[in-house]
Amino acid sequence: MSIEATFSLHYPGFALNVQLQLPARGVTALFGPSGCGKTTLLRCMAGLIRAPEGRLLVQGQFWQDGQRFVPVHQRSLGYVFQDAALFAHLNVRRNLQYGLARLAAAERRVDFDTVVQLLGLGALLERLPATLSGGERQRVSIGRALLGSPRLLLMDEPLAALDAARKQEILPYLEQLHDTLEIPVIYVSHASDEVARLADHLVLLREGSVLASGPLTETLARIELPLDLGEDAGVVLQAVVAERDSRWHLARVAFEGGSLWVRDGGHALGQRVRVRILARDISIALKKAVGTSVQNILPATLEHIAADSHPAQALLRLRAGPSPLLARLTQRAVADLALVPGSAVWLQIKAVALIG
Amino acid sequence: MALSPDLVAVLLSAKLATLSTALLLLLGTPLAWWLARGRSALRTVVGAVVTLPLVLPPAVLGFYLLVLLGPEGPLGRLTQALGLGLLPFTFSGLVVASVVYSMPFVVQPLQQAFQAMGRQPLEAAATLRASPWDAFFSVALPLARPGYITAAVLGFAHTVGEFGVVLMMGGNIPGKTQVLSMAIYNHVEALEYAHAHWLAGGMLGFSFLVLLLLYSRGWGRLA
Repeated sequence: MSIEATFSLHYPGFALNVQLQLPARGVTALFGPSGCGKTTLLRCMAGLIRAPEGRLLVQGQFWQDGQRFVPVHQRSLGYVFQDAALFAHLNVRRNLQYGLARLAAAERRVDFDTVVQLLGLGALLERLPATLSGGERQRVSIGRALLGSPRLLLMDEPLAALDAARKQEILPYLEQLHDTLEIPVIYVSHASDEVARLADHLVLLREGSVLASGPLTETLARIELPLDLGEDAGVVLQAVVAERDSRWHLARVAFEGGSLWVRDGGHALGQRVRVRILARDISIALKKAVGTSVQNILPATLEHIAADSHPAQALLRLRAGPSPLLARLTQRAVADLALVPGSAVWLQIKAVALIG
Repeated sequence: MALSPDLVAVLLSAKLATLSTALLLLLGTPLAWWLARGRSALRTVVGAVVTLPLVLPPAVLGFYLLVLLGPEGPLGRLTQALGLGLLPFTFSGLVVASVVYSMPFVVQPLQQAFQAMGRQPLEAAATLRASPWDAFFSVALPLARPGYITAAVLGFAHTVGEFGVVLMMGGNIPGKTQVLSMAIYNHVEALEYAHAHWLAGGMLGFSFLVLLLLYSRGWGRLA
């Protein structure tokens, strides 16, 4: 089962042309700068915009194909708007029940109490939207969408309108959804930290076209593309907590191709975690350094060298086992070390972020 | 026991205003919705036509209605052909005239209410499986409630207070088309100032209460 989406749409000064095949589980991030068409694409998928040429197949059901266009209210979807879009005249409970009440009993797969508990909404049920904080509103909005038992959950920058603290308040809930529900999610974002934490599959959009689409780790490592993530260039690796060192408050997380010491985040042994390693935090040595403060040193093979946004710099893709890593070096360092694809090198990793 | 002519006029005005307001809300809702949401180029033209009674002298409006609905007018012929008879100088004629005359006072607050809520609440309703009709009744109408209250109050008050259109269309037939404003006019003509004071003072008080109600609830801002 998968989601197939083909849309073609022309506005004055903007054109959307996409053809995508997306996994029907996990979180797919539509990522790109403002104006790249990610929200337009999401609205086309929901049916809120009727693209004149479009085809959308969701888990075996056509929502749009040729002349056939299933109206929004007949699609089994949930949509989370950037600013929550709660119904101002209904309290939280009745907002949550709005979609649920319009669903035949046999189609209700998501339980009211479960959602209330999952999103921590118990204390808010009798309140009106106007009395909620931005983060609370967005949690209600997510809950309302989930209670429609959708086959597909579409989220349009649900965290963009929130400040950093509120964002941190919601992210754990989203991660939990990701881990507990089997509803595929398409998540629009322009924030790379959200993508790193939540996404399994990444679609990069530029000016209405798909630049790349693939599993998160591999797609982030495609430096041959003009991604231009700047300081955010880097990879996200799936890892497992393999060892905890209580004396130094460190944990060793193992990924395919090596392991890394990180600050102990209180995760249990065997727990799956994500680690994010930014290109700027990796330096390269030809020999394994001794007498260094760097704790994480891994052998790797250089695979590809690409120009970076500034002519003084280069981005390098390396492999530690099957796992890709990115490093940002100066062009002079690349020349001094005579680095070429195939070179065996040592990665000195200065910082690793454990992201849930 | 026969009611005093003044009381008959007051009751007639109340009946006229109630009936007109109900019709205005019924007709004004789809019209305001279309003006707020439609995409047709006709919208500006229709919007201007609906607003005309706001700037036209009531006598002009009444005159044209009289001509249109009279025995030689196209609408008059239509009502006769339909077996409804002629509307001028009847209570039904007053209702029709009032609806036309007060339409902008009802359509504008409704249109503003529909515009102010934007598309998003309805889009959200659609993603939660509400059909367009369902979304209109369960989301748009409740959200537009303040607009409806303003529209109803203004439509009612405006109908009660009209004079020129009534004079042209309805004349001054006691018990039939002699409404409150006509009764005041008659008293003044007959130099019965004490009677005129009672009715005029009552109208003044009524109008003030209506506006007080509107402003106290924050609905005073109009087009």
